[in-house]
Amino acid sequence: MALKFPIFMDAQSTTPVDPRVLDVMLPYFTERFGHPASRNHSFGWEAENAVDRAREQIASLIGARDPKEIIFTSGGTESINLALKGVAEMYREKGNHIVTTAIEQRAGLDVCKRLERQGFEVAYVPVGADGLIDVDLIRRAITDKTILISVMFANNEIGTIQDISSVGKLAKEKGILFHTDATQAVGKVPVNVEAMGVDLLSCTAHLIYGSKGVGALYVRRKGPRVRLAPMIDGGGHERGMRSGTLPVPLIVGFGRASEICREVMPEESARLAKMRDRLQDAILSSVDEAYLNGHPERRLPHNLNISFAYVEGESVLMGLNKESALASGSACTSATLEPSYVIAALGASTELAHSSIRFSLHRFTTGEEVEYVGRRTIEVVQRLREMSPLYELAKEGVDIKSIHWKAE
Amino acid sequence: MAYSDKVIDHYNNPRNVGSFPKETPGVGTGLVGAPECGDVMKLQIKVNLDTGVIEDAKFKTFGCGSAIASSSLATEWLKGKTVDEAAKIKNTDIVNELKLPPVKIHCSVLAEDAIKAALTDYKEKSAARVVGAAS
Repeated sequence: MALKFPIFMDAQSTTPVDPRVLDVMLPYFTERFGHPASRNHSFGWEAENAVDRAREQIASLIGARDPKEIIFTSGGTESINLALKGVAEMYREKGNHIVTTAIEQRAGLDVCKRLERQGFEVAYVPVGADGLIDVDLIRRAITDKTILISVMFANNEIGTIQDISSVGKLAKEKGILFHTDATQAVGKVPVNVEAMGVDLLSCTAHLIYGSKGVGALYVRRKGPRVRLAPMIDGGGHERGMRSGTLPVPLIVGFGRASEICREVMPEESARLAKMRDRLQDAILSSVDEAYLNGHPERRLPHNLNISFAYVEGESVLMGLNKESALASGSACTSATLEPSYVIAALGASTELAHSSIRFSLHRFTTGEEVEYVGRRTIEVVQRLREMSPLYELAKEGVDIKSIHWKAE
Repeated sequence: MAYSDKVIDHYNNPRNVGSFPKETPGVGTGLVGAPECGDVMKLQIKVNLDTGVIEDAKFKTFGCGSAIASSSLATEWLKGKTVDEAAKIKNTDIVNELKLPPVKIHCSVLAEDAIKAALTDYKEKSAARVVGAAS
């Protein structure tokens, strides 16, 4: 099959809507447009039934006992905000301490920063060189004021999957609520809030082939019953935790997307992991000083993150972006000039943190695409190394760290 | 971020990539930036010792596309200029020519620093040679 350009290999930023998902969404834009909170006519009942069915589909994907435990939001960021701020406000009397990790996605870290300004204390537990959290460090970070532990399920950059069950067990033992940001994990690897002892879980539709604009927060109702202070007041929708008219078409799609993920997960994750491994082998076997970031086994099947020493991430992407879409950990691509804090948290040199490239595969990725992107990446990195003064110095045997660099 | 056509052109077809042996008479080398900042530029000039004109220039850059383009452009501009003329190249000239967005202005600053560093290195080496010849 001929390759179609540009090739999308940035599926941890978003995914395309699966046509099967779109099919079930469409009627809810037009003929079935009712408001699910309209209790007195068939338009409302129809919408409410559709939303409830989606709740069941999502609950089933994450192993929730009761579909009522699914609260719809506008996406992962809002879910994380609601979980952290909602718990912080509701349980303030009990304590003002939160334990989280250094590699949470920006939403998690930024909410914690805000809470710190409001008088909360937050412990940011570091990760090991492989990206894994040592559960013992979480245990040691807990104080008698700790009201919440928040640990991401799988990292958005390096794909490393944390030992969520052990954190859940610890949280139970200490009687502390446990939130996990599972936006990258849900639909990709088995997630079970009951078996894993999760009290709050954030997820989003657009990373599992649903639409942008809708997410969910799982809020445990039993053992313990978690209470949250709402961020948005209004009609008291979603058990009073999140008011606002539900985006029914998006929710219906989210439900169907969850159902498909549950059905295809074993086959899909095996297939993506196989392609990912081929890509990894192709790159690591032909480029010297290329380093795999994150844990080699405990990671998402569709994620690959590699740092290429002596070349800067954004320049690699620039060489590829006409034909493929990838991501760089180097936030030089955004308005700030900071290197990836996730790669830096692994203890890698800052220079390597500037040089990381994330390949993320998805349901529609083909073997030909993987082969092409791998080949082109190798070419671009080699070309940039010919242009790199650091590579030249390294080849001359100069230790780059021995040079006294005059930073700007 | 969208790149200007000129940045893309310099990135795809960088001018004057390479190195001169540092100790060759007339060669001045500037190495600026820092790996941890994500930008390092090495810029070299080769000055005709009789005329004081920069005959050739080369660069190698570790950095984003705008950093590569800024240094590539700098080598183009340096060729044919006298050492004094070269010292007048300003980062704003590079910003205007490459249409760099605000977040990439530091790339042009680094290129100006690289030019200055190469010129200083050239002058110091020439002075040392004069002193060496006199003694």
